[in-house]
Amino acid sequence: MEMIRRDAAFSAGTWFKTAPAVALTVLLFTGGLGIALVCAQTPPQPKPWKTLAEYKKDYGRPASVPYLADNPYSPEKARLGEMLFFDPRLSGSNAISCASCHLPGIAWSDGVPKSFGHAGTVHVRNSPTLLNLAWTEQTAWDGRTIELEGHVKGPIANPRVMNQPHDQLITELSAIGGYRTLFKAAFPSDGITIDNVVKAIAVFERGLVSGEAPFDRWIAGNERAISEPAKRGFLLFNTKANCAACHSGWSFTDSSFYDIGLADADEGRIKILNLPSMSHAFKTPTLREIGRTAPYMHDGSIPDLTRVVEHYNRGGDVKRESLSTDVRPLNLSKAEIADIVEFMLTLSAPAKPYPVPVLPMIDHAAR
Amino acid sequence: MHRYVLPVLVAAVAAVSTYALAASSTVVQSDKKFSTTEMTISKGDVVVFKNDDPFTHNVYSQSPGIAFELKVQKPGESSDIKFDREGTGEVRCAIHPQMKMKLTVK
Ligand code: HEC
Ligand code: HEC
Ligand SMILES: [Cu+2]
Repeated sequence: MEMIRRDAAFSAGTWFKTAPAVALTVLLFTGGLGIALVCAQTPPQPKPWKTLAEYKKDYGRPASVPYLADNPYSPEKARLGEMLFFDPRLSGSNAISCASCHLPGIAWSDGVPKSFGHAGTVHVRNSPTLLNLAWTEQTAWDGRTIELEGHVKGPIANPRVMNQPHDQLITELSAIGGYRTLFKAAFPSDGITIDNVVKAIAVFERGLVSGEAPFDRWIAGNERAISEPAKRGFLLFNTKANCAACHSGWSFTDSSFYDIGLADADEGRIKILNLPSMSHAFKTPTLREIGRTAPYMHDGSIPDLTRVVEHYNRGGDVKRESLSTDVRPLNLSKAEIADIVEFMLTLSAPAKPYPVPVLPMIDHAAR
Repeated sequence: MHRYVLPVLVAAVAAVSTYALAASSTVVQSDKKFSTTEMTISKGDVVVFKNDDPFTHNVYSQSPGIAFELKVQKPGESSDIKFDREGTGEVRCAIHPQMKMKLTVK
């Protein structure tokens, strides 16, 4: 469990997050390690492959979800946030909710290569899952927004997404008696404001954590939880196929930015951080529930998991200057590719229906 | 005459190594982390950024005064940066945003 706290402390800016004591311990520890390394002046060594048992230890689930110090969890916020997330009245047309493109039934993604926004406008990118983002500091494919809290106002106001100016939204919500009560309960001091809409939705989203999958039961010791091909696939994922260079840790992401050689004009993160390595770079997505979130990649260009692994096996399609050094021809056989796909399918928890919240009504009484 | 050689040599070595210690510090990149999260150096000092990871890194800073930009560093590569101006700010890796450290040049 201690490894996960390290993740939480590191992924999201130590000064922001609530576990300062843990963060401090980690900082002291890494500081000490650094000094030892400097003194020894170790020459670079290619990391030798570890054993299956050792790799299993790298993927334990976290014990708790991180929340921001200025937006702590409360059940009132989470409940209100869930309603707002599912409420189409958050859009200018009153027809599109966050859940229109982040559907619980397909792991909070939307199943099309590029989402349809306001009046059918086609979005420039694929709608990603919202699972496990509490552990990620940079949100969106290009990391242009900070934390989940930073990615609420944008989609609401964006004329291509929900097309709802924030002040109009506040007027509309204020006319709904149920929301007045719910906001008062969640935010007693200031009630319905755009910042409180943000806080409630983000607290709800932080609670979207992928469930326990067959893979988790396997690393916990149940040898029957996954198939033999999947076990072979997991070992390949960590060794010959080099996937864990980027898809590391319990959520199978390092939340970092890479060009993996997709043939697409979208230049990605370089628009946000103008360094050559960021050209065509996008954020490593989680692989939790990956079997449910096709089609894949920021442009939705790869329809299934076999073709994803074939893409990596070719070393990517466009060999640009910015192509990550960890994307290179892998020489995987057809059977090995099938094993890796089999392994990725063990990262989905048993499917459960998701009850959609009942939304508050407008006021009917004469005023 | 001879008996002065050793002490002089020792003093010289000590002086040189003190100078070297004061003028150059190393930050190691390992496990997608910097070896330290905070560092204070003097104006004119050199920081060696050394990549001990099996991954590529891209260290930079956009903070006023200390801004700099390294080319991508392949595994094993080292790069030196001399800081000639006073300033304080954040050094980060473009690829791995969780890698960040505070640097103060006095
Ligand atoms: C029209 C479809 C659509 C709607 C409506 C929509 N989203 Fe998204 N969402 C997307 C797409 C597409 C992306 C990827 C955008 C990008 O990275 O440039 C995205 C990205 C995100 C991300 C970042 C995910 C990550 O991996 O970092 C979050 C968080 C998010 N949306 C939350 C919301 C919330 C909250 C709402 C409602 C206020 C909402 N979305 C409404 C399509 C939509
Ligand atoms: C250099 C880092 C890196 C390596 C190595 C890597 N990935 Fe990825 N992976 C990414 C990034 C970045 C994306 C998103 C790319 C984009 O959309 O432009 C991604 C996307 C994916 C997706 C699609 C996810 C989604 O939600 O759309 C899958 C599946 C995937 N990778 C599996 C693998 C497998 C299997 C391997 C090993 C064969 C692997 N990756 C190796 C960084 C990497
Ligand atoms: Cu890095």
